[in-house]
Amino acid sequence: MSTLLNVLLEVATDFKPFATAAAALAPSFAVIGAAYGIGIIGKGAVESIARQPEAAGDIRASMIVTAAFIEGVTFFAIVVSLLILFL
Amino acid sequence: MSVRYKFIFIIALLFICTYSRANNTDSTNSTGEIAHQNSGEAIQEEEFNAGKMIIEHILDAHEWHIMTVGEKSISIYLPVILYDNGKLHLFSSSKFHHGNSSYNGFKIEKEGKNKGKVVKVIEGTLETDTTAPLPLDLSITKLTFSLFFSVILLIIIFTYIARRYKKNPNSAPKGLQSMLEFLIIFIRDDVAKASIGKHYEKYTPYLLSLFFFIFFNNLLGLIPFFPGGANLTGNIAVTMVLALFTFFITQILGKKNYWMHIFNTQGVPWYMKIPIPIMPIIELIGLITKPFVLMVRLFANITAGHIIVLGFVSLILILGKINMGLGYGISVISVPLSIFMSFIELLVAFIQAYVFTLLTAFYFSAAVEEAHH
Repeated sequence: MSTLLNVLLEVATDFKPFATAAAALAPSFAVIGAAYGIGIIGKGAVESIARQPEAAGDIRASMIVTAAFIEGVTFFAIVVSLLILFL
Repeated sequence: MSVRYKFIFIIALLFICTYSRANNTDSTNSTGEIAHQNSGEAIQEEEFNAGKMIIEHILDAHEWHIMTVGEKSISIYLPVILYDNGKLHLFSSSKFHHGNSSYNGFKIEKEGKNKGKVVKVIEGTLETDTTAPLPLDLSITKLTFSLFFSVILLIIIFTYIARRYKKNPNSAPKGLQSMLEFLIIFIRDDVAKASIGKHYEKYTPYLLSLFFFIFFNNLLGLIPFFPGGANLTGNIAVTMVLALFTFFITQILGKKNYWMHIFNTQGVPWYMKIPIPIMPIIELIGLITKPFVLMVRLFANITAGHIIVLGFVSLILILGKINMGLGYGISVISVPLSIFMSFIELLVAFIQAYVFTLLTAFYFSAAVEEAHH
């Protein structure tokens, strides 16, 4: 019982390893959302090109720009993790 | 790839691993250790620390490290310019000996919150003088030098092209002119004219300069040898300045319609504005976050790309330290992957420059748009 309490005491004094673990896990959630969003864009873009092949250039440009926006938001999560790790 | 080739490939990998395990001599320590250097001694043998190498490639430095041949490191030592207490100090960064010695009362701090910056030392020793304020560091660092280089390159290329256009205005473009004409027309028509509409000529100089500056610096960051290879657009200070330019120009250009959209948004019920001005606060926050997002997007994309390619390379080095054969084996996978990532980085270089310019054009168009009823 006392060893259990000692272990708990050791764990509760320094939370930095937990912060590092959380910072390592956090981008994965952001990436799940981003991948799902970009997948939906891809689906919409490919279906639109199938419906109207002569608009393929415009659709491709819009798809790439929108994907860049989503990636920009994803990188916020990565920047926050980097802040936790290095500041 | 057919089954037979895959089989041969796997057998060859295993063969190399088992064969070189017998000749293994230098895997005593684990590879993740940080080598402790005493500040006075010369560096003898340092374990490969992947995190440190990657961070060194991303950050700014006072010298431009080209390669390390054995014990010596070949670097270009850039000048250190410090302004401290009214006196201007100018010396080469080779006097710092890679952070191991102090010169003229200054040294490069190795740990703590001032890590990497030039600090004052107590006379005669190597201890940091914690009471003195930091000197004003105006040095030509790696990123500053790369900035000057890319700006001079841009000026040379574009004045040359402008002269060619002026001298023969009616003939078909050749060479460098035709390569850049595609991009210039693309930005002028599909970004400036499409977003801003009527008076787009006023804004094309800034948009074109912004696009080519970001594009050239992204590309230069991908070149691994001397004038390229500095991570300029991946430095958050540089992207912050670009985003601040966009922010200030947008506010200065703002017409009455623009400010009305912010403070008195049409179509929003009155209770969002009168007792507590929720809508104006939301719009003002949006005003700040839009350039902020521009800054973070460019910084994170470029830096992440560099970190990924450096990570693949350090994968080879880390596994090579454990076992020579593993190093060769993983390089068969790692080198094609890093080439593939570099191609993606080329695409990202163009796309990020294009997205930055496109969003800037959108913000300009929102600022100068006339009210339509």
